[in-house]
Amino acid sequence: MEFVYTEEERMMLQMARSFAEKEVKPLAKDTDKEHKYPAETVKKMAELGLMGVSVPVDYEGSGMSNICYSIAIEEISRHCAATGVIMSVNNSLACDPVKIFGTEAQKQKYLADMASGRKLGCLGLTEPNAGSDAANLSTTAVLDGDDWVINGRKIFITNGNEADYCILIAATDKSKGHRGLSAFIVELDNPGFSVGTLEDKLGIRGSSTAELVFEDCRIPKDNLLGEVGKGFKVALTTLDGGRIGIASQALGIARAAIEDATAYAKERVQFGKPIAKLQAIQWMLADLSTQYEAARLLTHRAAYLKDQGQSFGKEAAMAKLMAAETAMKAATQGIQILGGYGYTTDYPLERYFRDAKITEIYEGTSEVMRLVIATNILQ
Amino acid sequence: MKIVTCIKQTFDTEAKIVVGGDGQISDEGVNMILNPYDEYAVEEAIKTKEKDGGEVVVVTVGGDKAQEALRYSLAMGADRAVLINDPALEKADSHAVSVALAKLLSDKEAGYDVIFAGKEAVDDGAAQVPSRLAAKLDLALANVVVAVELADGKATVTREIDGGTEELEMALPALISAQKGLNEVRYPSLPGIMKAKRKPLDVVSLADLGLSAEDVASKVEMVSAELPPARKAGQKLTGEVDEVVAKLVELLKNEAKVI
Repeated sequence: MEFVYTEEERMMLQMARSFAEKEVKPLAKDTDKEHKYPAETVKKMAELGLMGVSVPVDYEGSGMSNICYSIAIEEISRHCAATGVIMSVNNSLACDPVKIFGTEAQKQKYLADMASGRKLGCLGLTEPNAGSDAANLSTTAVLDGDDWVINGRKIFITNGNEADYCILIAATDKSKGHRGLSAFIVELDNPGFSVGTLEDKLGIRGSSTAELVFEDCRIPKDNLLGEVGKGFKVALTTLDGGRIGIASQALGIARAAIEDATAYAKERVQFGKPIAKLQAIQWMLADLSTQYEAARLLTHRAAYLKDQGQSFGKEAAMAKLMAAETAMKAATQGIQILGGYGYTTDYPLERYFRDAKITEIYEGTSEVMRLVIATNILQ
Repeated sequence: MKIVTCIKQTFDTEAKIVVGGDGQISDEGVNMILNPYDEYAVEEAIKTKEKDGGEVVVVTVGGDKAQEALRYSLAMGADRAVLINDPALEKADSHAVSVALAKLLSDKEAGYDVIFAGKEAVDDGAAQVPSRLAAKLDLALANVVVAVELADGKATVTREIDGGTEELEMALPALISAQKGLNEVRYPSLPGIMKAKRKPLDVVSLADLGLSAEDVASKVEMVSAELPPARKAGQKLTGEVDEVVAKLVELLKNEAKVI
């Protein structure tokens, strides 16, 4: 077992950290406050190859490992979790399913477009009545001549307001339950498509969370992704990979909270000494750092298994569960260490706190993570 | 056009400096980076190549770990790298480094049109190597440069001087040391990082250069290092205004000696 970065990972870390500090950090506060999609930053990330990190070079990706991907998401999310999730969704939820299930023609067009960052992708899975019970979909796709005709509504879709392409999961045969679901690639400049409600959220406010409305939306027959009836498998496989991205995002938030609280504790003097000298503060920081390191190892291991082509669903669920709960705890205790200052917008801790919460919810709640882990170990 | 860039691997500027029990600065657990001023030099070299064609060769003196800084330069877009690595150079001072570089550049890597370097390294801040190297190679030198124009075998540079800037014209080949502001340093792209792994990185010893350990004997010996003393707490004067002002004036005169 080796715990050292490869040359490639080390360079990725140096580049991503430097990029995040210089390009992402200065915008993070406004991105959050103004609900501002960081379009310029996303463009710069695309130029650097960050929108298709582990997509093969043949499809205009960067051809790097999932460990490199995790490192990049963590570094970006260390300063702006909203920017982190925009990147994570494009890489994991949009590029990955086309890379795994797409035909050569689909990869040449759609994967290359999204991996290069020319186009932005999203995943249309969740519906008002299908959240954790993801198979219970109402959106339908019906074959009519050479077209699929899509009708229905998707909600809570990250990148939904800006996306050019949607990986859509819809029912092609409602009588068959999850075996009646299929996946599609939808170009969103379609007259049958519109963006509905945009959510006003607690955190990750720089990324859009949109309702997608499909009304007799006709797409070419060839835009079926994978086989008819295999849409649920596409969704689950995609989410397994997505959890590595969200775990990495949560690691970034956790580290932000720990680093900021540590710096504050060393400076803040009460009772005649820095509060970092108080055991109450020390134990909080010790526990948080330990949990962060554990979550990071779990995340890198899940990414490693994915790179090796081995099954990684259980490990990705463990990583996301641990990282998300660590982020939430780190943000909560980080504010506690800063006291009243932590509760104000003068410090970014309150933003970390609001951003951290979503990592326990999206791409599978912590409860669903436990369900996935339990199913794996009890089978 | 053959463009050479001299770089150095240095401590991360955020690194905590620890002096070990042996009185030397410890590099244990310290994140190492490409010296920030050298980043400007590498960037300028790549920009020059993109404009005029040719190749960019990055060179350094250092241990095995210094390969990381060379690879980072390759990931930014340099074409190949040379590391001068020899046990006899472990404690090399500016003199020793410039001897080794000068030999490399007048022999194996001769035929360059221009050499870029950072104006100084952020670790020792000596700012010696560019000047020493230019002297040894008998090249025109411009230090602390904020703008470069290369054309018709000439370099027109703007460099910072006390209270302003001056413009110089130099015949190529010349050595130009970069100041902050010379350009905006690019980040290595992910495809650049992947390509860097396959670009040539030669490691040469002193013997390969035809130098002996005596040739690179340092002229400076670091006897010991210590951290600057911790800052003392400030003084707070209290009492009647007249008294406080009188006391303040006295302290400024006699203790701070600023008036």
